[in-house]
Order: sequence, then C-alpha cells, then structure tokens
Amino acid sequence: MNITDFAALVQDDRVHTALYKDPAIFEEEMDRIFNNTWVWVAHASDVPAKNTFKTSWVGRQPVIVTRDRENKVHVLLNRCRHRAASVCEKKKGKASVFVCPYHGWSYDVDGKLRKVPHAKGYEEAFDTAQFPLISLRVEEYNGLIFATFKQDIEPLADFLGSAKKWIDLFMKQGAGFGVRTLGEHKFRFPGNWKIQLENTTDAYHFPIVHKTFLDSLDAETENVFDVLGQGGWVEDLGNGHSVMVMIPDLIDLEDNLDAPIPDRFADLAKELAAEGYPDDQVRRIVRAVGGSGFNLNLFPNVACSMAFFRVLRPVAVDETEITHVAIGMDGGPAAGNRARLRLHEHFQGPMGFGTPDDAEGWERVQRGARAGDDLWIMLNRGVDAPDGVAEAGHNAGDVSAETGMRAAYQMWKRMMSA
Amino acid sequence: MSIAPDTDLQENSVVTNAPTFEEAIAFIWAEADMLDRLDYKPWLKLWTQTGKYIIPVDRDADYVDALNIVYDDQEMREARAKRLLSGFSMSSAPPARTVRTVSRFVIEAQDESSITLRGAQMLAEYKYEHMRFLPADMRYHIVRAADGSLLFDEKVVTLINADDFQFGIGYLL
Repeated sequence: MNITDFAALVQDDRVHTALYKDPAIFEEEMDRIFNNTWVWVAHASDVPAKNTFKTSWVGRQPVIVTRDRENKVHVLLNRCRHRAASVCEKKKGKASVFVCPYHGWSYDVDGKLRKVPHAKGYEEAFDTAQFPLISLRVEEYNGLIFATFKQDIEPLADFLGSAKKWIDLFMKQGAGFGVRTLGEHKFRFPGNWKIQLENTTDAYHFPIVHKTFLDSLDAETENVFDVLGQGGWVEDLGNGHSVMVMIPDLIDLEDNLDAPIPDRFADLAKELAAEGYPDDQVRRIVRAVGGSGFNLNLFPNVACSMAFFRVLRPVAVDETEITHVAIGMDGGPAAGNRARLRLHEHFQGPMGFGTPDDAEGWERVQRGARAGDDLWIMLNRGVDAPDGVAEAGHNAGDVSAETGMRAAYQMWKRMMSA
Repeated sequence: MSIAPDTDLQENSVVTNAPTFEEAIAFIWAEADMLDRLDYKPWLKLWTQTGKYIIPVDRDADYVDALNIVYDDQEMREARAKRLLSGFSMSSAPPARTVRTVSRFVIEAQDESSITLRGAQMLAEYKYEHMRFLPADMRYHIVRAADGSLLFDEKVVTLINADDFQFGIGYLL
C-alpha cells in the first residue's frame, strides 16, 4: 500500500492500523490537520482580565493566549523573533509585557515588538514592526477560544456548525452564573492521539472499563450512569464533530427543575438553602452541579464532556497528553463548586476511578497495534438509526454506535487528502 | 529553680502521650511497606474517621477549594481500596510493582497528642516495560488514638511534578 495515499487508509467502517503507528503519517497530520484548522486553545475564563495570559498549544507548537488592554484575545507563537527562545514559561498569570530572557527583546501582549536593547547595533533601517511575535487567527464561541494558522479558513461559527447548539446546552452548567475553569488534571499515555479522540463518543466501553467506578456509586447514581440503557444516541454533527447523548434526561439542565433532588446532592441542597438561595435557584444549581448528560467531541482536539473540557495534545506518534479541565460557576456558591471538584476528582485525573482505566485501555490499543502489518481498526458498530432523536438529516446511531468515530475519520480523510 | 511536683508529673504525662519522632517514623515505614504489598484493608484502619488523604495538583493550594489528584475522606478511601483490590480495574489488575522509601524526616510541630512531620518519598514503578519514578514531598499529621496506637489525621503527598503531567497511577502513593 502506498503510504501517502491517505484516502485509502480510511474506509467507511474501518481505518488502517498504520494511522496509529506510522511516524510519517503523524508528521503529515500535524501539517494537514493541526496547522490547518480551528484548534481549541483556552476557555475565556483562563484569561479573565486585561493583561492576563495562559500558555497553550496548537498541534506541536507552543503558543501564548493573551488578553490585551482592549480585552481583545491574541494567540501568539511562544518564540522570540530574534533567536527563538521561548518568551513565557509560566502556565498562566498576569503580564503587560513579555521579555525574552536571552537578549531582552520585549513584546506587548498583542505581540508587537516594543523594544530591543542596544538598538544602535542594528542598521538604521531596522524596523521593529517587522518582528512581532507571530499571531494566529483567533475566534471565540460561547467562551471557547480557538486559533488557527490558516488565515483564510471559514469562520469558527461555520466550522462548528451543528455543534453550536450542544455547546450552548453544555454552558448551562453555569446555572445562571458564568462558567469558569476550576483547575486541571494533566496526564499522558503512550499511544496515538486518535485513540483518545475515538474514546469520547464511545459508550460501548463504559460499563466494562468503568465497572469499578460504577461500583463506587450509590444505587440511584449508578442507574443514572447506566449509559447503554437509557435511550441515548450518537450523532454525526459534520466537520468531524459528534455528540454522544448518554443520559437524555440531562440534555437541557434547565428542564425538569421540579424533579426530586437526588440523594447524593441532598446535603448540598440543604447547604445552599441555608445560605439563603431560593428553592428554584437551589434546584437549578444542584442540577447543574451534576453535569450534562452528553459528550460533545469537537474535531480535532477538544471535547465538552459531562462536566469538564477534555483537551488532547499530540506529542508524538505514540505519545499523547490529555488535560481534563474542571469547570464550575463563576460567582456561584463555593459549596457548589466544591461539590464539582470532588465529583471531578472521583472520576478524572491520574488517580481517578475512571481515567487510569481509560489510559490503560488506550495504551493496550497502541501495544496491540504492533501486531499485524496489514490489519484494520473496526468501526462498524451500530449503523441502524435510533428512534427519532437525532436532528433530521443527520447520520446517527444508538448510544453504543461507532458513528462519532466514523465522523471523525471521514474528516481526517478529507483533510489528509485535500 | 524549683518545680512543683504536680507540674513535673504533668510534663511527664505529656511526654508519654505525644507520639515520639521514632514512633511516628516506624508508623510511616510500616505504611510504606503495606502500600508496596497492596495490603489496603489494614491500611484503611490507619486513619482517623475525619482523616484526609490528599494528593494536590498545586503546591500551595487551599486543598478543599482546589482541584486535587486525590482528596479522600474515609468513605472515598474505602471505595478506592475496594476498586484497587476488585480485579476489575484494568489499570490495577495487574498492578504496577512499586518500591518506595520514605526518609528525610523533620518535625514541624508536636503537642500532647499529635506530631506533624514532613519527609521525602522516592517511589519507583514498573509495568509493561516502563520504569517510572515518582518522588514526592510528604507531610503527615499523626495523632495518638485512645487505645494508644497511632493514626493518620492527614497525609499530603506533593509529587515533585504535581502541576505537570502524570501517567495513570493504579496504586496508592
């Protein structure tokens, strides 16, 4: 097989194992996908005020996300234009200027080169305007900040398309307050980035891999997480995006506010009532604290998953970094955010009751993929449409269908063979 | 200078009840041995009912209002031990092998019934051709129980790279 014939490596119901282990394919993916589309870099609350910043990545390239004095967000390549030293090595913070520690070139938060030390050593024609930090194109949708190297790409809103509705539903977790990031877990696994991309809309693995998480819940909560038994579905949203609805009752967090408060949130509800929140607001907050009942996968690197953002960063063909960003209410009750933190710790992160088992599964895929030089990864589960739930005209399957993966790989194929 | 006999007696009884440095270290070493042997059921009994087992993400955080890797009360410790011993968790069945040593102890505080120590833990992990190394700063608040035994009231494990990426960890630190 000709390895550069990428289209031949993706069929309708299967993809070739070379996609997980060929370093040449990985290099092409970085160029053709990650340097060529909208890539998630931050949530707006990561840069909450003027002169705040966060460091991030677009594919393999380190960037700084900044907010300037006019509240405009910039995404800048994190390398000095002089001799390439990184100009910022902090994760986040406040800065009105970035100074290269090597020779002292200083940059404004919008990237402009402010000053070079001992400027008279340069020829008179030296023009600082020629050497700003490189700016990427930036757009934001409902707090999600994306950047791209491709200046002539379609607007972010068009790229997100049908996914926008689900982003709006996801942000209802603010319960009437804003949404803000509360902290993040970072972990790596020795495997290809697409193995994780597949996982976000894979409900088929959930009761098997996460048996010990389910066993740790009370009976009422365990029922809620019986994701294969609740009439959920997976839907192809176009452009590689997909949504997996696991708990249809939790699609819209502003619905069913009269439903009884689950036992696991009874203490929280009491605490909020004691703090003086009226009953309808208590119900809204409690329902939001539990998170949304769906996972939204946005191609290629971010998911809005139940109650957190899941961000993937390809490091090498067989190494991927995952960040699980906990989110909560901005300005909401501390007790509610505390409850969300404890829920996040329960499942997520390098010692959660869920994440290490996912990571082990992904590593096992990469290890197993060493066997067989011409075998395929099967994605043929669930081609029958579920009953009347997906948007008309959309490709959809029942909750355990591999529809989301097929959607992502069709986008991969489109971008890799363009 | 003369000391009243009853004061003397009181001071003696303080010394008797306070966990000594040596006792605390022996207790911590026994725990390290238990954890390397995955002997989690007796480990659960090493804690006060209100004790907290904490593995932070940020070094200087106010743990209760911050995201941690682990923030376990008794109920979560029990659930965690059950999970790790269940045989159904892919990341802990089979478990990685671990070898850890704990040392470089310094007393931070001591009163009639408790001692607070800090120390260093060096842990090596081996599984599936990977050898990993997880050094950590440790902080222990150890109290004397009514029956005279020692118990953890708080144990904080701050990994050297706490705020950077980890790999999946299928055992206890």
